[in-house]
Amino acid sequence: MAGLITSLILIPLVGALALWIGRPRNSRVVTLGFQALAILYVLLIWQRFDSTSGLPQLVEQYSWIPALKADYFVGADGLSLLLLLLTSLVFPFAILAQRGSRGLNALMLVMQAALYGTFTAQSFVLWFVFYEMSLIPAFLLIRLWGGEKRDRASTKFFVYTFFGSVAMLLGFVALYVERHTFDFRLLVLLHQTMPPLSPVVGWLAFAGIFLGLAIKVPLFPFHTWLPDAYETAPVGVSMVLTGALSKMGLYGFVRFLVPLFPEQIRIAGPWLLTLAVCSIILASLAAWAQKDLKRMVAYLSINHLGYCLLALFAITAAADRRLGDMQAALSGVFFQIFNHGITAAALFYYVGLLEERRGARGFDNFGGLMQRTPLLCGWMSVAMFSSLGLPGLNGFIGEVLIFKGSFATAASFTAVAVFGLLFTAIVFLQAMQSLFSGPLAASCSTLPDLLRREKFVVVPVTVLMLVVGIAPEFLFKMVSETVTHMARVLS
Amino acid sequence: MNYADLFKLSLPETTVVVTALIVLTIGLTNRRRTGLCTLIACAGIVVAAFSFNWMPRSANFAEGMLVVSPLGSLFQIICLALAFFAVLLATHDNALADRAEFIAVLLFATIGLMLLISSDEFLMIFLGLELTGLSLYVMAGFNRRDARSAEAGLKYFLFGSTASAFTLFGLSLIYGTFGSTNLALIASSIFTAPLQPMFAAGIVMALIGFFFKVAAAPFHLWAPDTYQGSPTTSAAFIASASKVASFFVLGKIVLAGFPDLGGSAAWHGLLAGWKPVVAVTAALSILVGNFGALAQSDVRRLLAYSAVAHAGYTLLGLIAGGPSGFSATLFYSATYAFTLVGAFGVVGVVERQTGGTAFENFRDLRSRSPFLTACMTLFLLSLAGLPPLPGFFGKFYLFSVAIHSGAASTALLWLVALALFGSLVSLYYYLSVLKVMLVGKKEWETASVWHPRVPEGLAVGALAIIVALLGVFPNLLLARIAAALS
Amino acid sequence: MIAWTIYSTFVGAFAVLLAPRTWSRPLALVAAFAGFFFSVEGFFSRTIDFAHFTTIVRLPWVPVLGMNYQLAVDGISVTLCLVTGITAVSSVLFSWDVQERPNEFFFWLLLVVGGSYGVFLSADLFLFFVFYELVIIPKYFLIATWGSTNREYGAMKLTLYSFFGGALVFIGILAAYVGAQKAGSLSPLDLQQLVHLRFPVELQNWAFPVLFLGFGVLAGMWPFHTWAPTGHVAAPTAGSMLLAGIVMKLGAYGALRVALNLFPQGFQMWRHWIAILAVIGIVYAAAVALRQRDLKFVIGYSSVSHMGFVLLGLAAATGLGLGGAVFQMFSHGVIGALLFAIVGRMIYPRTHTRDIYELSKFNLKVALPFAAVAFVIASAASMGIPGFSGFAAEISILIGTWTSYPVGVVITGIGMALVAAFTLRALKGAFFSDQPQVEPAAAVLPPITLPEKCGAILLMGVTLCAGVYPQLLFDRINPALRDFRLFHP
Repeated sequence: MAGLITSLILIPLVGALALWIGRPRNSRVVTLGFQALAILYVLLIWQRFDSTSGLPQLVEQYSWIPALKADYFVGADGLSLLLLLLTSLVFPFAILAQRGSRGLNALMLVMQAALYGTFTAQSFVLWFVFYEMSLIPAFLLIRLWGGEKRDRASTKFFVYTFFGSVAMLLGFVALYVERHTFDFRLLVLLHQTMPPLSPVVGWLAFAGIFLGLAIKVPLFPFHTWLPDAYETAPVGVSMVLTGALSKMGLYGFVRFLVPLFPEQIRIAGPWLLTLAVCSIILASLAAWAQKDLKRMVAYLSINHLGYCLLALFAITAAADRRLGDMQAALSGVFFQIFNHGITAAALFYYVGLLEERRGARGFDNFGGLMQRTPLLCGWMSVAMFSSLGLPGLNGFIGEVLIFKGSFATAASFTAVAVFGLLFTAIVFLQAMQSLFSGPLAASCSTLPDLLRREKFVVVPVTVLMLVVGIAPEFLFKMVSETVTHMARVLS
Repeated sequence: MNYADLFKLSLPETTVVVTALIVLTIGLTNRRRTGLCTLIACAGIVVAAFSFNWMPRSANFAEGMLVVSPLGSLFQIICLALAFFAVLLATHDNALADRAEFIAVLLFATIGLMLLISSDEFLMIFLGLELTGLSLYVMAGFNRRDARSAEAGLKYFLFGSTASAFTLFGLSLIYGTFGSTNLALIASSIFTAPLQPMFAAGIVMALIGFFFKVAAAPFHLWAPDTYQGSPTTSAAFIASASKVASFFVLGKIVLAGFPDLGGSAAWHGLLAGWKPVVAVTAALSILVGNFGALAQSDVRRLLAYSAVAHAGYTLLGLIAGGPSGFSATLFYSATYAFTLVGAFGVVGVVERQTGGTAFENFRDLRSRSPFLTACMTLFLLSLAGLPPLPGFFGKFYLFSVAIHSGAASTALLWLVALALFGSLVSLYYYLSVLKVMLVGKKEWETASVWHPRVPEGLAVGALAIIVALLGVFPNLLLARIAAALS
Repeated sequence: MIAWTIYSTFVGAFAVLLAPRTWSRPLALVAAFAGFFFSVEGFFSRTIDFAHFTTIVRLPWVPVLGMNYQLAVDGISVTLCLVTGITAVSSVLFSWDVQERPNEFFFWLLLVVGGSYGVFLSADLFLFFVFYELVIIPKYFLIATWGSTNREYGAMKLTLYSFFGGALVFIGILAAYVGAQKAGSLSPLDLQQLVHLRFPVELQNWAFPVLFLGFGVLAGMWPFHTWAPTGHVAAPTAGSMLLAGIVMKLGAYGALRVALNLFPQGFQMWRHWIAILAVIGIVYAAAVALRQRDLKFVIGYSSVSHMGFVLLGLAAATGLGLGGAVFQMFSHGVIGALLFAIVGRMIYPRTHTRDIYELSKFNLKVALPFAAVAFVIASAASMGIPGFSGFAAEISILIGTWTSYPVGVVITGIGMALVAAFTLRALKGAFFSDQPQVEPAAAVLPPITLPEKCGAILLMGVTLCAGVYPQLLFDRINPALRDFRLFHP
């Protein structure tokens, strides 16, 4: 069957079109229908996926703009497949979290298609097309359906990200002029076989691409757009932003920044690692200081993604590293990507539930929920513990692998980063204490516990978290060859 | 050399003389038959034009006193055509009390022009100049009821006679140097003799008369008042036919008479001769004409100042020299003449309907007479030098020969650049008039549309068609000029 | 067949002028459509050789001077004729409810369109110049009679600037003409012949900057761009669409076809200046646009900024740069037209204001949803978001320019960010503002009419197609560029 990946990308787009033209009364059902179809395709792709190969599979390549050597070139390796899976899970989750209008759902579908494209594109121009395709829907989603502050938040988000993408574009232009190709794998191959780029071009390209990706992830100090954007966006949008869109930046780091500019990363290593550590520590401290639940989760997102970057920089910048450590770190990064996606989305979902019931989301608005809504508290605690990194839940795997790999290669930085874990734990425990335990606040005395439809959503997700935490093998199988391949490339 | 030959060779002129006399007679005896006079005048002109068919292609009578050449014949026909249109315009010109007399005088002026064109000899040229001049002075002051017409006539007369005096003196100096008044003889003599100061002075003075006639600065001071004060038809004829003939003769004199004494008007290579003189005059005309027109609020005065500017452009062709330069000058002045007669035709109708020719009188002409507006737009845009009209093509031709003529391509660039700058300025004031006509709004008391009288409408319409045709197919005229020059 | 674009448009123009009032609109649409049809036919033709500038009509005009009525076509001409056709049809559609003197309005409009077709198809320098100047006066009357803000001043400024630019072009053309004559050429105005001549370097050194400057004025090159914002704002909608969409491209096309091709050595000598001015134009215009309150001024300045890209691509002197420049001519033609159409026709007549802060009171995203969607798409295209035509153009220009002017490219990147900023500001202010509805009655605005929808869909569709499948255009542009003198010294 030719074109599985292209079909996958097209499905949400067709869904968006159907919503726009067809004007169904219950847009949520239609949206979920298309998303179910998408999940089916992802599973099909998974089934055809050969986990013994680390190279992109189900490749489709057509000539698109020969003058620029820009091809329509898609393919999926382990990382791509993992991210496709994540996207397919997070988006329906998000749709279920809110009662969105037709326009909102249509825009979400467009974003989903854009993400599918980003995670499978194998050539920069195509990757960039999909990357940009997600910008306007995200902007509109925050702008039109967000809370107060949506004006500033959406503008900041858009301008920052656009500026970053221009920088990335320029970086790739510089690269293209030297290497005459946009194909990621070919670029890596050329990097290894051909003489290196001139220092000026190399650093310029690195700076541009790094800037763009650093803004997207985000990495301290380019993160200032995130808390406002995540806070003010509607629940489902926040889930998608943190669960899927942030992964675009990380994907970019793994797919092209790290393999193409190892020398630059090595030279700038200490600085980059410092930035990563700052991300981790400062974000968690900032989360501690927050009074608003959503902002707290937003800062924690920055913190969690910081771990991934720490690992990536550590294994690239290190002077001596063993293959085993690199593999560990990379696996950890992949896992963390997946798990953080699920967990952070879940956290936002719960916050959304709380906000829906109470009408506000400050710490002061809640107290002693355990007595009123025990189920809600229980399931929410699972998510929080997963985010903490409690063994047995999915968050643990990623973190442990990351620390294993990073410790071996950048010990001092990792040591400092451990404090991040500590601070995160404090944050969560304090949240749990303030929200769940203690006397029941008067304002919470009438809040309903989990409704049936909410249970339908919460249970599978939590089960997934548990399953991945206890038996991560099935995910390991998906990505192991890709990890090995990448590690070999890096060393 | 006998009268039979003379008669044969001067058939067109004779026809016009006879027509003029008939018209004069009818006019003096029967005041009311102006329509008949017009008819006879038109018929006479047409016959005269046709009579060129029966003349030899080239001939020379009395050592250059009467010369028949293809180029001369062509331009005599053009002058006759312009006179034809002027006669049509005169039929309903209210400023003309004794219409038949006016037409007769107009025909006399035409004869003068024809004599100018068909002569290679200084005395005949002067004769033609004076005949034309006297007739035109009379035509300018023809409106006895208007003080401004008298002023126009008087000013024109005073300036004109002074200029003629200069010319005569200059010609006599030239005669004194060479002992002959024949252009061809003078040309060959110059070759052998060096340039004497008396001769140089003679040339400059002779040129002055012609500069006056074409209204080149600084000899243009008569133009605004004359164009504004005299009756419309007179102004039309002064602006068109006399200019064409004057350029023709001027060109013939300097290019056929003293080609080697040109010197050079190049930017870094000024050489003494008549060319620098003409160049300075041209530059001054362009500047004075365009900036003067900017300040005007009356359409007639605006046309007068623009005439000064156009004289400047036309002189460029003479500075360039050679057959191509001359043909550029001739093409430009011919098309300019047709355009201007048409423009004055429209001005005449407006004046009759609204009592004046200020910008305000032209406001919202569009709704009163789309026909006149369309024609006027055509004329003004041609004057501004916009394609696909002949003014544009003429300018292109002039500028290209100017640049070509220099040894280096930048020789006459300064003059061309000045001319382009002048065109830019002129676009502004032409557009101002068009703006008032097409964009301006006015509350009219009556809702009726003006219908120009038949002869006027015919004249303006025909001229518009001619102008449009010459713009799109300039070859119609240019090929003939080029063929005649070779 | 493609020459029929010119004839059908001119015939249509005169037919519209003389037709009865009620027939003027349909006739105008028919004429515009005819031109569009022929341009499409030419674009997809299999008989036209896109790689060479081939003559299709040659009639002697004034043999004495070597002038011929000569038309030729190659891939670039065909592309630009297509964008002319598209813009013409959409501008007629967007002028459907012109009440005052529609005959004359469409007459002048069609003259502009016909003149543009003529410029893109001319192969004789004089004929080229005739068509180039022909467009000036219709522009004046369109703006002065039917325009809005400050129209008489705007019209006069625009006309005089255009004429000034034309005068400079005139001098350059004369230099080439005379130079060819002196070199003994028998057809000193035939572009195809002139291209093979080697003009002396001294001539090129002064003739090229004069010629390029003349074209640059019309193309909105900084600092001679000041006519553009004033003129665009003053013009009626169709006028702005044509001005920004096509007329500015006439200048750029002239620079490419005439200046670069005839005087390649002169070009090499002066190209750094062109690049500098282009980059300044991109950034400056974008910065100024950021401060404008009138939406039409924002778009007017954005036109100048986008044309800066074209000039930068020209200065790059590489195949990609030039190809990107031509692509940007096409792309911005469509996008600029769309932006002006939305602001000038969909918004302004209904709300009677173009001030961003005033518009925010109208809650336009609810009152005019179609306009909101169209403006979002137009903004995305204008910012250079991939999937729309602007991106393919910009990335080609950036890559093509990188080798010569890397610093310029980086500064241009800043310009692109500024473009995003002001576009976003306009989008937010006009459509997605937060202000409470001050005028509830004003929220009920007349809906978008069918002609407006058709025009907008046409333009949006074209920019999307060109963005998704840019090879369609590059297939025609690049072969033609390979034939250019620049690449065969």
